[in-house]
Amino acid sequence: MPGLEDLYREIILDHYRNPRNRGELESPPAVRAEGFNPLCGDEIVVYLAVDGEQITDVKIAGQGCSISQSSASMMSAAVKGKTVAQARSTIKAFRAMMSLHGRALDGAGDGPAGDGLIGAGDGQGVGGDQGTDDERSGAEVAAAEGVVLGDLEALQGVVKFPVRIKCATLSWHTLAQALDEAATRA
Amino acid sequence: MEVTGQGGAPLDVARIKKDFPILDRRVHGKRLVYLDSAASSQKPLSVLEAMTRYYETTHANVHRGVYQIAQEATELYEQARAKMAAFIGASGPDEVVFTKNATEAVNLVAYSWGRANLGPDDALVTTEIEHHANFVPWLQLRQERGTDVRVLRLQPDGFLDLSHAEELLQGAKLLAVTAASNVLGTLPPVRRLADIAHAAGALVLVDGAQYVPHLPTDVGELGADFLAFTGHKMLGPTGIGGLWARRELLESMPPFLTGGEMIRDVRLDGFLANDVPWKFEAGTPPIAEAVGLAAAVDYLSALGMPAVRAHEEALTSYAMSALHERYGEHLVIHGPLPAHRRAGIVSFAYKDVHAHDMSQVLDQAGICVRAGHHCAKPLMRCLGVGATARASFSVYNDEADVDALVDAIGQADTLFG
Ligand SMILES: Cc1ncc(COP(=O)(O)O)c(C=O)c1O
Repeated sequence: MPGLEDLYREIILDHYRNPRNRGELESPPAVRAEGFNPLCGDEIVVYLAVDGEQITDVKIAGQGCSISQSSASMMSAAVKGKTVAQARSTIKAFRAMMSLHGRALDGAGDGPAGDGLIGAGDGQGVGGDQGTDDERSGAEVAAAEGVVLGDLEALQGVVKFPVRIKCATLSWHTLAQALDEAATRA
Repeated sequence: MEVTGQGGAPLDVARIKKDFPILDRRVHGKRLVYLDSAASSQKPLSVLEAMTRYYETTHANVHRGVYQIAQEATELYEQARAKMAAFIGASGPDEVVFTKNATEAVNLVAYSWGRANLGPDDALVTTEIEHHANFVPWLQLRQERGTDVRVLRLQPDGFLDLSHAEELLQGAKLLAVTAASNVLGTLPPVRRLADIAHAAGALVLVDGAQYVPHLPTDVGELGADFLAFTGHKMLGPTGIGGLWARRELLESMPPFLTGGEMIRDVRLDGFLANDVPWKFEAGTPPIAEAVGLAAAVDYLSALGMPAVRAHEEALTSYAMSALHERYGEHLVIHGPLPAHRRAGIVSFAYKDVHAHDMSQVLDQAGICVRAGHHCAKPLMRCLGVGATARASFSVYNDEADVDALVDAIGQADTLFG
């Protein structure tokens, strides 16, 4: 059984205590997307300022547990100043990291299969693009996409706590929604 | 199925714990401390055995066969109805309709009685502390028919604001209110509200999901016209619950779900509905679940509901004091303060540790508490929180369980302090 230290890595707690890019942007011009976790009531609002292909600013509002808040904070840091394409690649890599297959390849699969299946279902929803790259780990997808997960890798431990995967992926769903919204405006 | 009765004496929890096989389980190497009975209670061996015995010796479909075991199955099913009716003070078994849970019971009223009686010029009153089960069916009715849905609000002290009750109920046809809040434990003054509602000409639907399992229940004393309950929160199995209503009221209502079982005659050009309560039980009912529920009623009755309430109230009071003594202002208990004015439910917030994180930390100590919005989002909005951690008690909990909770909460400090 994984211990709490697998879930609550120091870097996660740091992002929880000192969330990056917390706040709001005037919308419009910024895109605003809202995500809810109907199971637990967590709410995330993602504000995205997009200039052409460039994500010039990101702000995060809402409330939730340490996992959802830190994941949103890390996500904002990971995509701010990047291109829309890079953000989508990061979503893809993060999604792979949160899925059962990614986990098995990472050699971290030590829970009962039933747990993992729940997690896989959750993880695959991220970004809404049910890709064909489910067999690859987060690191492999990141390498192939040319993005760096960096701090985000600390969230890998969440996969061992399947009910918390939704907490970690909520902000990513919401970011994908915001990117889609931005694309329709462009 | 028999439980050797303690007939209202104080509960012997050490002995009761032995009746619940799951409590022998260990989680993360720790004794299982189950403090989530408001979500679903655990089941005593007598319930499990009654259901197994039924399947092993008696199973057949009910109300159909003329053969021996079909008759026995029908008898067991109807006995369960009679036991449940007596348990809530109904005048007779035919006032109890079995459903799959409390949610379906409320929907039965909303679809059958509601659609026959509530239109765009009508109003109903409900409250801000309702579970979604007793709220969303009314919103749905409003959406479909334009019925006015009025809401009694919550006060900061955890009680309902009754100052506008008369005004809100003026001209309303229904009051839909919970007898016990599943988040705060608040016990609204149902009888007083029912009297006001009746004076205004409204019927009263009481959501008893969190009340029937924990307090002596008498539908007459509550002043209810409808009472919804659910088996899995009262030591019974999942898949069965029910609606109680006065016989004439049930008779006046059109069928809800239709098909087999609920008809007397069917012709090419129409059908004749069965008598109540079967008129509302379309299809093969949850027979084994009814047998299990009857065993649960026997178990609770043998303990004595006044003794059950006394135990849970004392434990709630103990928990509230212990939490306050240990953590002072670092721990906030939501809802009414005096334990005698709440059900055995304690929702709390510790420092700024999120409920999910608290629940995760407690899980590591083998302690099961619920974290989330508890299917009561209007209430959570009113409290201004997204989620709470909630401990809830049943007959098998004791002070050692509470002590384990109190000790474990502080362990969150190592991560979030
Ligand atoms: C107050 C209240 N009403 C209704 C329900 C619904 O019960 P069920 O899910 O068994 O239909 C619940 C269950 O959580 C509840 O707490």
